[in-house]
Amino acid sequence: MAHMSVDVVAADRKVWSGDATLVSAPAADGEIGILAGHSPMLSALTSGSVRVTDPRGNKRVFVVSGGFLSVDQDVVTIVVDNATDADTPGH
Amino acid sequence: MAGNQRVFKARIKSTQSLKKIFRAMELIAASRIGKARARVKATVPYAEAITQAVGAVATHSDVEHPLTTERNDTNRVAVLVVTSDRGMAGAYSATALREAEALIQRLHGEGKEVDLYVAGRRGVSFYQFRGREIAKSWTGASDAPTVEIAEDVADTLLEAFLADASNGGVGALHVVYTQFVNMVTQRPRVVRLLPLEVVDAPADGEHEVEAYPLYDFEPSAEEVLDALLPRYVRSRIFSFLLESSASELAARQSAMHTATENAQDLIRTYTRQANSARQAEITQEISEIVSGADALAGS
Repeated sequence: MAHMSVDVVAADRKVWSGDATLVSAPAADGEIGILAGHSPMLSALTSGSVRVTDPRGNKRVFVVSGGFLSVDQDVVTIVVDNATDADTPGH
Repeated sequence: MAGNQRVFKARIKSTQSLKKIFRAMELIAASRIGKARARVKATVPYAEAITQAVGAVATHSDVEHPLTTERNDTNRVAVLVVTSDRGMAGAYSATALREAEALIQRLHGEGKEVDLYVAGRRGVSFYQFRGREIAKSWTGASDAPTVEIAEDVADTLLEAFLADASNGGVGALHVVYTQFVNMVTQRPRVVRLLPLEVVDAPADGEHEVEAYPLYDFEPSAEEVLDALLPRYVRSRIFSFLLESSASELAARQSAMHTATENAQDLIRTYTRQANSARQAEITQEISEIVSGADALAGS
């Protein structure tokens, strides 16, 4: 199965980076899902949660508060003001 | 004579305790500097992602955005000066302030009115002492700026830039901060941040210009820019604050290092002087005893 490499970056640090098969994010017009091979895209994000499914089927959830997302040749960059990894509370 | 020795002893003692303070401050600055530099580094992925996205939008659409357009309706400009909260950092704040003064002079020469925005207590007291008006200031976190402070600074300045001319809107924003070159060199720099110049230099010279793929903009190029540009400004301001804090700590470390060495030199000088005072006293005592004995023997 084709993978994308995903980076989640906040203003002061890189929150997470790794491979994924599916990324869903709260775009300005509604939730969008991105699979490998998606055409290049730049999208504004609203606050909500970003869900990343990795190649082994594990899901990670990040609670984000506004930002944008770029897709470019299977490289997905999610740039947000603030991101909390919902799996590791208190971080 | 004994009084003389006592004076030197007291001076040695006070210089020794000063030296201890300088040494402690040097070590504190040295230990924080690594952290400050790591924080500068940690913001790089964010800044790069934003710069690339801004470049992509700029090359694929000719959208006009208020933040990128030159304003001619007002002759006010904003100047943000980044200084430290505390002294004991050598010429760190003084150099930044001197650079800012030169910039303000130049802007006045061009017939502009300057609104001052100051970060750091040293800068605030510098301008207050001279009776200059400060539009807004931020103090208390110059050695460890947070995202929240950077956001507050950026939002205040963006608001000023987007305000109407009648409401005190400004036509440009210049930032004076101190660039961290390396541990021994920190250079004050003036950057014109607003209006943004993304079209001519898509990556601000920090990033190689690449061929950007044809992006789809969701929901539209304008709205993506709306989300991007304020964030770009915020990230730039945050990186200016962080770099200034690293520079401040480096300047403090080297200033305190020199101070420690100077204190050591002083201690050495005072010890010599105390020794020669002691010897002079002994010599005098001997000559008094000898002359006393001579007088007795002669009688």
